Amino acid sequence: MNLFPALTASLDATLRDVLPITVVIIVFQVFVLRRSIADWPRVVLGFGCVLAGLAVFLVGLEAALFPLGEAMAQQLAKPEFVAAGEDFASDARLPWHRYRWTYLFAFAIGVSTTIAEPALIAVALKASEVSGGAIRAWGLRLAVALGAGIGVMLGSFRIVTGYPLPYFIIVGYLIVIVQTYFAPKQIIPLAYDSGGVTTSTVTVPLVAALGLGLAGNVPGRDPLVDGFGLIAITALFPVVTVMAYAQLAAWRNAPRGRE
Amino acid sequence: MNPVDWKPLFLLFAGPLWRSARDLLPIVVVIGVFQTLVFQHPLENAGQLLAGLGLVIVGLSLFVVGLEIGLFPLGQQMANDFARKGSIPWLVAFAFALGFGTTFAEPALIAVAGKAAALAALGQAGEANEAMRQSYALILRMTVALAVGVALVVGVLRIVMGWPLHYLIMGGYSLVMVLTPLAPNEIVGVAYDSGGVTTSTITVPLTAALGVGLASSIKGRNPLLDGFGLIALASLTPIVFVLLLGILRG
Repeated sequence: MNLFPALTASLDATLRDVLPITVVIIVFQVFVLRRSIADWPRVVLGFGCVLAGLAVFLVGLEAALFPLGEAMAQQLAKPEFVAAGEDFASDARLPWHRYRWTYLFAFAIGVSTTIAEPALIAVALKASEVSGGAIRAWGLRLAVALGAGIGVMLGSFRIVTGYPLPYFIIVGYLIVIVQTYFAPKQIIPLAYDSGGVTTSTVTVPLVAALGLGLAGNVPGRDPLVDGFGLIAITALFPVVTVMAYAQLAAWRNAPRGRE
Repeated sequence: MNPVDWKPLFLLFAGPLWRSARDLLPIVVVIGVFQTLVFQHPLENAGQLLAGLGLVIVGLSLFVVGLEIGLFPLGQQMANDFARKGSIPWLVAFAFALGFGTTFAEPALIAVAGKAAALAALGQAGEANEAMRQSYALILRMTVALAVGVALVVGVLRIVMGWPLHYLIMGGYSLVMVLTPLAPNEIVGVAYDSGGVTTSTITVPLTAALGVGLASSIKGRNPLLDGFGLIALASLTPIVFVLLLGILRG
């Protein structure tokens, strides 16, 4: 891969991505708020850094990590690999537990891509700033990553078994509803936000490749139909783990022996 | 304009560079371990791999520095200005424009809409297929963009009025549960996924700064309790809207 054209293409795509935001901000700043931005050269420099950074980041991902990750996801789902050398009829469905490497990979890739997700870094920074350090950025990110790992794993299990997607989503919602009742109030909005934040630049391409690989290789699955839904499950479980993290922290800090 | 003082800029980068390297480490370990232990493949193209990793680390650091000096202060300041202006209609208009505009142009959404359109046009052949795909993808993108616009409007109104977030989210969840069995089967997966892909890497920091900024500049609001939640709403409303689209068209 030639890096220079890739870089300009990526910069072009990122620019197109931020164009609407820039237009909206400038129009409101000039016509509605009618105030100049304090220290605007610094803000413009910052915007430039964000743009250039994201473009460079994406080129690097595409040169280094995406091809390997995608190839692996495809390979892990192949029946020859899952059957591990034993005899099998090529159109036979393998039992769900034979896919253990796939589940392990799904979990690991969910956790590790979420740790590197720039949008999550941003939200964690903001949360730690606003809470005066009471919510630690690193702890929050680990909790979200754990949830995303569980989500990708469950999503892969669903594609292998073919259980309907709504069951998983509705059970997830029910857990969230019960937890909302018991979790510390301060964490709730942040926990809800963490779901949408997880599924972004780094996670979506790799998770989508895994879904596509599985749906294309497991007999009886259609990549067009069963490939959908993995992102939704991935976005749901971080809500659960972030609330659980706060509940655990509150429970550990609570004075013992009362009640 | 004053000459740029380069020394603090360099110091500004040292921390983020180290942290970015640390953030990337897990993916490298996962891929490395699976490649060597499970597939027992040597890594090919080690040079390109290293160059790519270097770019990823530099890019992530630039992004984080840019957040701190550009996006966060901007979101904060706009929130303060809107609060000082005190005009709710303009705030609502801004929220809608921000949500609709950024989502309609979102590359991840364009990709998902394209795939969903291919699914919808499965039965058609030739030109009819092409025409149906294009109109379907456009309608889907409009629907999701509208949903995110509405979500940000509800979200900022919530911050201004102080409505508790969890009632809104529970209401949304219940709506999803009621609508799911009514919607055609093939739209359900598309609908659920469209919630996850709408929140892009540049929109997220800006809306977070905006929400927290609004909550800090309005009396009686707690930035932690009231400032977050915009992203949650923006990932929930697309599910509801796309399910409704499926029901109306089905």
